[in-house]
Amino acid sequence: MKIGILALQGDYEKHTQILDQLGLDPILVRYPIELLDIEGLIIPGGESTTLTHLMKRMNFYETMIDFAKEKPILGTCAGLIMMAKVANHNLVKPLELLDIEVDRNGYGRQIHSFIEYLPIQLNNHIENIPATFIRAPKISKIGKGVEILAEYNGEICAVKQGKHVGLAFHPELDGVSIFHKFAFISNSISSNKEKPHAA
Amino acid sequence: MSKEQFEVKIGLAEMLKGGVIMDVMNPEQARIAEDAGAVAVMALERIPALIRKEGGISRMSDPKMIKDIQNEVSIPVMAKVRIGHFAEAQILEALEVDFIDESEVLTPADEHNHIWKHDFKVPFVCGCRDLGEALRRIGEGAAMIRTKGEAGSGNIVEAVRHMRKVISQIKELTVMNQDLLMARAKELGAPFTLVQQVAKLGKLPVPNFAAGGIATPADASLMMQLGAGTVFVGSGIFMSEDPSARAKAIVEAVAYYDDPKKLSEISFGLKKAMEGLDIAKIPDEERLQERGW
Repeated sequence: MKIGILALQGDYEKHTQILDQLGLDPILVRYPIELLDIEGLIIPGGESTTLTHLMKRMNFYETMIDFAKEKPILGTCAGLIMMAKVANHNLVKPLELLDIEVDRNGYGRQIHSFIEYLPIQLNNHIENIPATFIRAPKISKIGKGVEILAEYNGEICAVKQGKHVGLAFHPELDGVSIFHKFAFISNSISSNKEKPHAA
Repeated sequence: MSKEQFEVKIGLAEMLKGGVIMDVMNPEQARIAEDAGAVAVMALERIPALIRKEGGISRMSDPKMIKDIQNEVSIPVMAKVRIGHFAEAQILEALEVDFIDESEVLTPADEHNHIWKHDFKVPFVCGCRDLGEALRRIGEGAAMIRTKGEAGSGNIVEAVRHMRKVISQIKELTVMNQDLLMARAKELGAPFTLVQQVAKLGKLPVPNFAAGGIATPADASLMMQLGAGTVFVGSGIFMSEDPSARAKAIVEAVAYYDDPKKLSEISFGLKKAMEGLDIAKIPDEERLQERGW
């Protein structure tokens, strides 16, 4: 299965390694037309102001919003910001795919970046996974349709809405593949049949 | 310094890949840089071309100037310290700059020792001309390496020389037998464990960027194609005729570095680039790349 990685700026190479681990076929996406050929998309970490600039310049918005109606998108850090409804910065134009509000660099500057182990409940089991937060955004508000996948210190840091998954941290830096698997493999299976949720 | 803390430092360098880091001298320039899509700014009082012109001792910037720039933009803010000047680095850490450049552009403070960078929580970037120099800096704790090039020259030739050298020396290591690595480490003047690691990985263990003389979109593309993770642009933007347009063009050139058609559009009708210098005409004692070891 071909999964695209938006390769305009950021740590897109790291995501190719995770997709390789899962036996998925990574495709670097630099032009809107390339979205037509893939089954899912990753928006990687990087700077959301830079991503906005390049996505506007290359007319990505309309095609990407259409793409998201049918197919899953996984965003990490800046990718999460790009998927939010509100990003609270005039240079960031998000895609409004997740009904959340984000606070860019909510944890502070680089000196406050960190790695923590988070208990994550995915597909009915709990796993402790390393999560690297780099000048990470905070999710300050969520809408009704948004499911919380993980919290750190009372802060929501991983969410799901419909097919889409957004993370404030970087599983790709720690070789963690469960979110990619969740977004592109198990998610697409469970979308065919209604799965009861514990919550 | 734990392995995890070092990974957090490298993490930010990973996020900067494919984005342009621009030298700025005041909040107005920082605003232009962020608006143009810069991934980070380097705050310094005099860009290298002016340091070259005006001479005198170049030091860490005034904390007020750095703070003003931090207040102006939301992207990472970097700043430079003199080689070996760990007290300047402590001050920048207290200011919470996002990256410290221990830079040959400023006047060195210690002729023998670079800063022991593992002592800091803030990540460091350092310049190099070859693999030995890169690995010595990584051994001291640098989380990112850049070519030295020849800062403030507007001439790409030295950055190309340094990048080609590092890449070819890495390639040599990957085809060497284990029993030759110790002698090679001795020749390179590099820590043995890092030499082993590079031989195995086929690349540096931290991101490897280009700096020193980048003035045009084509320069940026060249460095990317030679293997740089991204580029620093020092004097090239704010010494040019139309900084905002040039800044945007270089941002786009880094994203589309391997698409010549796109690059031709990006480069079309840009106003004048900065004046360049012939390296042969810069006296040895004025070559910034000779600083550090």
